[in-house]
Amino acid sequence: MLGRGEGSVRLAGTIVEFDRVGLRYGTGGEVLRDLDFRLSEGGFYFLTGPSGAGKTSLLKLLYLAQRPTRGRMSLFGDELDHAPRDALPGYRRRIGVVFQDFRLIRHLSAFDNVALPLRIAGRAESEVEGPVREMLAWVGLADRASARPPTLSGGEQQRVAIARAVIAGPDLVIADEPTGNVDAAMAQRILHLLTAMNRLGTTVVVATHDLGLIAATPGAQLIRLENGALVDPTGALRHPPGAAPRAGGRST
Amino acid sequence: MKLLAVPEADRRLIPASGIKGPVPLLIAIMTFVMVVVAAAGLALGNTASVVKSGVENRYSIQIADGSAKASVAVAAARAAPGVARVEQVPPAELRRTLKRWLGPSGAEADLPLPVIVDVDLAPGADAATVAGRIERSVPGARFVAHRTSLAPLLEALQGLTMLAFGLVLLIALASSAAVILAARGALDTHRSTIEVMHGIGATDDQVATLFLRQIAIDSLIGGIAGAAMAGLILAAVLGGASFATSLAGSPPLGWEDAAILALLPLAVTLLATLVARGALLRALRDRL
Repeated sequence: MLGRGEGSVRLAGTIVEFDRVGLRYGTGGEVLRDLDFRLSEGGFYFLTGPSGAGKTSLLKLLYLAQRPTRGRMSLFGDELDHAPRDALPGYRRRIGVVFQDFRLIRHLSAFDNVALPLRIAGRAESEVEGPVREMLAWVGLADRASARPPTLSGGEQQRVAIARAVIAGPDLVIADEPTGNVDAAMAQRILHLLTAMNRLGTTVVVATHDLGLIAATPGAQLIRLENGALVDPTGALRHPPGAAPRAGGRST
Repeated sequence: MKLLAVPEADRRLIPASGIKGPVPLLIAIMTFVMVVVAAAGLALGNTASVVKSGVENRYSIQIADGSAKASVAVAAARAAPGVARVEQVPPAELRRTLKRWLGPSGAEADLPLPVIVDVDLAPGADAATVAGRIERSVPGARFVAHRTSLAPLLEALQGLTMLAFGLVLLIALASSAAVILAARGALDTHRSTIEVMHGIGATDDQVATLFLRQIAIDSLIGGIAGAAMAGLILAAVLGGASFATSLAGSPPLGWEDAAILALLPLAVTLLATLVARGALLRALRDRL
């Protein structure tokens, strides 16, 4: 396991910790700067902000597709900003990601797409079939298991992507505009899936512009970005209360 | 063989190109050339060995000034320890040889002929002792090892053998370069799949193994096809090579050589797979 930096004290129940984190691409200016926040285990968070505020860049840091260019970043209690590359797959397996563009593998069936995290984690084939069928049924796609993504509607692809993100029981689910391509009814259904995961103890971070989605999720906490910086006037994200916010619980 | 045992579900991640891709054809051509050149190298090496062992214990007594001393030289040689055979080359044979080199004037009776006596020593005999006996008995006589006379030929054969093996290495390098290009091309083709796999937590080894299986199969198919084609051509060429057999005293390629040549496709497959693995892991390391 990776060690933590000297002088750093992990708060009990903290799953993500950013300490003055900055990110720039190449030689351009910083797209994220001085991000300083903590996310509690089992929390439900909405990441909001205008287009270009840096939401997708922050998500990339969270699902380990980018490293911060400055500052310190901890995930699951381990500092990862300078972690060796070989260590990252183990952490990625604890994170489920729903990409805005789904990123399903086009030549694989819905079943194989959903089974991918289990197979990558080394599960025996006999331990894959049951959970994947169950997950496909959970997202309402039991009869579409053998369909390939190009033959699925946008909403169906979205649900396959969600099923893939949660099949391995991740500790952290990150979703980028998960309702951006679906109608209101489907958006509601997706939100139900995410809140159900959250109730089972998974920390959920959802980037969205959809105020209706936020309003429909009492108890969720907001992370607001503007121009690459965190808007946190009360300091609630830097010093979260001991109890994690749960969707469906108390209101923000 | 672990590579070939990739689970069916994992195989579906990277659709197989089958034998339609460029790798099998490239490997087939490279293996064909490699086997032919390696066969030539082995044949040259075998010929050099046969020639070398044939003259290993063979010497000549050379007396430049007349035949009067021939019988003395022959007697001295026969009396020397470790001498297995002594035989004077008949003057008529020397004249025939000279005629071939000098034309009709080589056969003229007044042309002075040297005396040449062939001497075979028993294995382990001391050539210096024999030479000393002969040179004391016949002052001016030279006791010359045949291998000294054939040294330029043997060196040329050994040089050609080394050249052939150098060419085999060069072809192996070219094959490696082709496989590296193919591996990088495969990564580019399947970039989006790899990104998804990495994002879900796949290690570089897991990703590389998916591609290596296909590369190993393609290389094996190409290697066997190329080696089979080379084998047919070599069999046709060497089957009628009575000249080579008569020159060396034995077939230019033995069963051991055939086994080495037959193993070349496997060696090419192994090399291609190892090189591809290195190239894939290096390329994957450039991504987070």
